[in-house]
Amino acid sequence: MTPNLQTRGGNGADSRALPHLLGNEPIIAVRGLEVAYGNRYVLRGVDLDVYPGETMVILGASGSGKSTLLRHIEGLGKPSSGTIMVKGVDICSASRKELKNVRRAMGVSFQSAAMFNSMTVGDNVALPLREHTNLAESTIRLMTKMKLQQVGLSGVEDLYPSQLSGGMRKRASVARALAMDPEILLFDEPSAGLDPIIAAGIDELILHLKKAFKMTIVIVTHEMQSAFLIADRMCMLYQGEILAVGTVDEIRNHRHPHIRRFVDRAANRFDKSDHSYLTGFES
Amino acid sequence: MTFLESIGRSTVEKVEYIGGLAIQFWRGLVSSWRINPFTGSRLRWKTTVRQMAVIGVQALPVVCLISGATGLIMALQGGAELRKFGAMGVVINLVGTSMTRELGPLMAAIVVIGRSGSSISAEIGAMTVTEEIDALRTMALDPVEFVLVPKYIAMMAMMPCLTVAAVFSGILAGGIFTYYTLDMTLSVYLQRTAEILMMRDIVSSMAKAVAFGTIIVHVGCFEGFTVTGGPEGVGRSTTNAVVKSIFLVVLADLLFTAFFYFFWR
Repeated sequence: MTPNLQTRGGNGADSRALPHLLGNEPIIAVRGLEVAYGNRYVLRGVDLDVYPGETMVILGASGSGKSTLLRHIEGLGKPSSGTIMVKGVDICSASRKELKNVRRAMGVSFQSAAMFNSMTVGDNVALPLREHTNLAESTIRLMTKMKLQQVGLSGVEDLYPSQLSGGMRKRASVARALAMDPEILLFDEPSAGLDPIIAAGIDELILHLKKAFKMTIVIVTHEMQSAFLIADRMCMLYQGEILAVGTVDEIRNHRHPHIRRFVDRAANRFDKSDHSYLTGFES
Repeated sequence: MTFLESIGRSTVEKVEYIGGLAIQFWRGLVSSWRINPFTGSRLRWKTTVRQMAVIGVQALPVVCLISGATGLIMALQGGAELRKFGAMGVVINLVGTSMTRELGPLMAAIVVIGRSGSSISAEIGAMTVTEEIDALRTMALDPVEFVLVPKYIAMMAMMPCLTVAAVFSGILAGGIFTYYTLDMTLSVYLQRTAEILMMRDIVSSMAKAVAFGTIIVHVGCFEGFTVTGGPEGVGRSTTNAVVKSIFLVVLADLLFTAFFYFFWR
């Protein structure tokens, strides 16, 4: 199967992989993904490829379906139709065991950090190691410390998540996502609710991870500044469809009016039909 | 037409709810089997024991107090009527059997619903809202296995204990009544009670305790897992957990009582 990389609805954006990634099989391949709640379509036939080692940023306004797309890549949703192949396994129809293996290769950092409040930060990071490996307790302690140092946190093992600041909690959740040394790292709104300085720190952390571990990283965001900084390639979701996929420069110079508005941070004054698709087919 | 529609919709919703509960129950059983705390990891052992303390030990004073009061009420109400027939001795039968078969398990269940059923659904609901449940799933950890099973095992261990405590304190309170009205010593009273109680009373009591505990944990967890819409949703699901647990517990009580009435005399 040759991946269909052409965009839908856009004006012919170049969506090929970066040169050094060409020839690789995509590590994440989304095909014809449709998600509907009742008769309300959130995703309408999304095709997306992410190649090993690249950083893909999924852009989109609130309600464009970008978080839904990420949830489905994480295997947390049930699509109406379409397939999502992660490392060659269709996670929508995978057996429990296959899904378990795929998930071990995936680290997820949630928008709200999603640390377990009843455990210390150290126990949070150590949880996947304790559950999935037979390592000795002293080894797990050491690894926990290392993972926390990698994200720029040290000496917080015995604190509870509620005692950390928002930015620190986010970092700790990245440390937990890194615990099993995943190949793929997924971020939902990494800088949501953080001040610009701390958000920039998170961006730096992502760049560091990209450089140091050559991980495949998928990030959902609406922050253009950080997206341009981090991304190898980006895709723009609009009303449940992918408008364009391309490199940072291609998106920056794209002619589609919606992308222009997004890049130029211009208000959407006249097009009232933007959210009309949410109410169903009639409109 | 809209009336019929609403009946149909609510029927479908109820069937869906019961189906969801049944699936969760089955998955809970399978997971309990797979990771029972005796062979499972240290982590869950600790959680289970902590849950036992929270669900069982901490509820003990309230359960004893409420059941004691209920036993005394039964004795007083029964005594007031039976006095007319000069059959005060029957108070012992009344208190002994009604506490064992019916009121002991029910009072224990009601206290546990109020204390633990609500807190289970609030705790899991908060975890759902803050994406913690999703985080568990992305870490390849089954929320049912990780969150529900320790609570379920703790409940299965503690609910029969609480029921025994409830039954005993109810009967003891009846003894206080007979001590003052019939001049009967406590040891004679307890001996009489022991003669009256039959194996079926004890079995039905314990069966009810296990069934009620199962209902409380599963309804609480199910409400928690299915929370939608932020903190407001957590509040709503907590209310639902309490109301639905009480309803289902009383329903199960009726079924058990009917079963023992017709099939084990």
